[in-house]
Amino acid sequence: METTLKDSGGIGSWLATNLGRVLVSLIVPVVTFIVLWQGFIFLRDTDAPKIVIVLVAIIWGVGGVAVLFAVSNWLVEKLPSQWVYHLQPFVFVGPGVAILFWYLAFPVIRTIILSFRGPAGTGFVGLDNYIFAVTDRVMVEAFRNNLLWMIFGTFFCVSMGLIIAVLADRSRYESIYKAIIFMPMAISFVGAGVIWKFVYTYRGEGSGISEIGLLNAIVLALGGESQPWLQQPPWNNFLLIVIMVWLQTGFAMVIISSAIKGISAEVLEAARIDGANEFQVFFNIIIPSIQGTLITVTTTIVIFSLKLFDIVRVMTGGNSGTNVIANEFYLQRFTYSSAGRASAIAIILLIAVIPVMIYNLRQFRESRAF
Amino acid sequence: MYTGTAVTMSGPFTDEDALKFDTSVKAFEEATGIDIQYTGSKEFEASIRIAVEGGSVTDIVDFPQPGLLASFASEGKVIDVNTVVNPDWLAENYIQSWLDMGTMEGPSGPIMAGVWARANGKSLVFYPKAAFDAAGYTIPETWDDLMALTEQIASDGDTPWCVGIESGAATGWAMTDWIEDTMLRTTSLENYDKWVKGELKFDSPEVRNALKYVTDIWFTDGYVFGGRSAIPTTFFGDAPAPMFETPAKCWLHRQGNFITSFFPQGLTAGADYDFFYLPPIDSAYGKPVLGAGDIYAMFNDRPEVRAVMQYFSTGESVKGWIEAGGAISPHKDSNLDWYGDPVTRKVAEVLQNATAFRFDGSDLMPGAVGAGSFWKSMTDYVSGAIDEDTALKQIDESWPK
Repeated sequence: METTLKDSGGIGSWLATNLGRVLVSLIVPVVTFIVLWQGFIFLRDTDAPKIVIVLVAIIWGVGGVAVLFAVSNWLVEKLPSQWVYHLQPFVFVGPGVAILFWYLAFPVIRTIILSFRGPAGTGFVGLDNYIFAVTDRVMVEAFRNNLLWMIFGTFFCVSMGLIIAVLADRSRYESIYKAIIFMPMAISFVGAGVIWKFVYTYRGEGSGISEIGLLNAIVLALGGESQPWLQQPPWNNFLLIVIMVWLQTGFAMVIISSAIKGISAEVLEAARIDGANEFQVFFNIIIPSIQGTLITVTTTIVIFSLKLFDIVRVMTGGNSGTNVIANEFYLQRFTYSSAGRASAIAIILLIAVIPVMIYNLRQFRESRAF
Repeated sequence: MYTGTAVTMSGPFTDEDALKFDTSVKAFEEATGIDIQYTGSKEFEASIRIAVEGGSVTDIVDFPQPGLLASFASEGKVIDVNTVVNPDWLAENYIQSWLDMGTMEGPSGPIMAGVWARANGKSLVFYPKAAFDAAGYTIPETWDDLMALTEQIASDGDTPWCVGIESGAATGWAMTDWIEDTMLRTTSLENYDKWVKGELKFDSPEVRNALKYVTDIWFTDGYVFGGRSAIPTTFFGDAPAPMFETPAKCWLHRQGNFITSFFPQGLTAGADYDFFYLPPIDSAYGKPVLGAGDIYAMFNDRPEVRAVMQYFSTGESVKGWIEAGGAISPHKDSNLDWYGDPVTRKVAEVLQNATAFRFDGSDLMPGAVGAGSFWKSMTDYVSGAIDEDTALKQIDESWPK
């Protein structure tokens, strides 16, 4: 039919065809948008039985994404081919970027706004929340403790992971040793907290008291005195760090171990033939070869220790000088309901993590993980 | 007419208490067909705000802290009970002080934020009656008597007190109750109210004096089972257990009446254990009782939720719990005969004989203090991490401006 129209010539007929296309191109997205919007309104306001809501949500969600993609792709393909070439990638990546923005960037922006506001999220208070977050006694203590976690937790996780990986590599029972060290990884932090609570239990002193805690049992058996381990700052922080080391060493070990396996046997053999002793092999060949992995593992655990929350929450609730930033954030937000202060703490934590993360990503890129 | 409907409920009581609650409402559930689904959480203080702000709050919420409820009421999240339950009935079934405590400021004027479902008396000292009588000890009528008894038990070679304040993230609350009790006994009710409102500082002679009465017992060697350092590591529910070992390892335990739920199984109230009223320190301040109560607030308005709220305004709703022990009804239409054990009946009597009744102060203070620094600083003070001056100053500093 188009050919006939074209043959007959004239602006009127050209307009008729293209106007139709333009109209269709406008109507289809509008209809799609209205349908999806109605679905959203229905889901938001409905009192229908839960099963109906679930079904509609699934159809609306999955179908909606498919329709949205099909429509926008169809629209883009209507354009001249040069445009198609430039725009089509955005059709594919656009929804992902939009969702990322909605779930990550948007909350960050909102948190930044809230961090300048009062407890209920209203009224501008200037830098008060930030001044609190860096000067308040509780916060200073939390920063100090996070620093302890970061330095000692990371150091012991990585160094022990490295040592175990190297030693296990030479053992006949490598898989058994590694399985044992790795096993705590399978335990949740709260579960680990319960286990270690029994280790550190203290029942007091005086007549008729028997200790049931493992650590106190050991101390008593060695002729010492039982101690309320978790009540003694600043040492209680180290006892809590032990729990993280127990949990995370396995993680460091497996990753480092796989990197060690990647070192070519020829290099190691050549070094040994050249007369290098095992320490020289370790420091001059193994360490440089797995440097990238070591840095990645270290930064991952550093970020992890900055965000640390569960262990402290379960073991001491942040009492007796063991508070950490994440726990104070939680208390401020949910127990004291001070949205402003909590947001300021969250932003500071975010700022503290960013440099480590950038460094981490750079390492990933160098090792071509991305 | 409600068959097949369900009403969800959440609150801080768990385990034993949750079971008693379930038994208590069973008759109502069978009669109406409404399924009351209760979920308890020890992290209640923290989780309830997430639930309310996230719009996923249960239909009815049990608040042991009216202060927390007041903040939701002021945000307009709570349904006015006066529109659900006949106000005349409320006035008939509760004494005025309960209604006053339940009236909170809403966005457009005062509302009745909930119905009081249970009451607690806290000024109680439990003791292992059988062993206590056999040892020839007598019930103290004054604070001096109490201290003399403490000294006598200690000189008999035993430990007088059992104290434990560990409670997970809420560690320390049990100590705040002690301080509130001694506050009521050493200063005027006006000062107590001012203290709760933040007008009387923690770092004041009144609070220091009240605190001293507590620490005189807690920090004296040989007065507390396990010693001062065991107080913050002993779970409050486990603290009274040594009283019931043979021979008794400690003799006195000051706590609310709910603690009997935590006593070892198989004890008979009135024979194995009993309590006496924590004696007055200064007769000028009469016989004050520190207490608390649980207020049930309504967050979703549906016919079946209304029916359940109306039910909770009657003594019948806690009858089963009263009979099982551990609860005291604030309702006037509840019957003293329901109290299966003489101990709980006696608590109800103590509440009636009180010259003054005051609500647990830390429950009324702002969350940052009443559920935060007051607990934390006192715990750190007991464990010896900080001294008294620091503790009191820290609490004052944390008071929201």
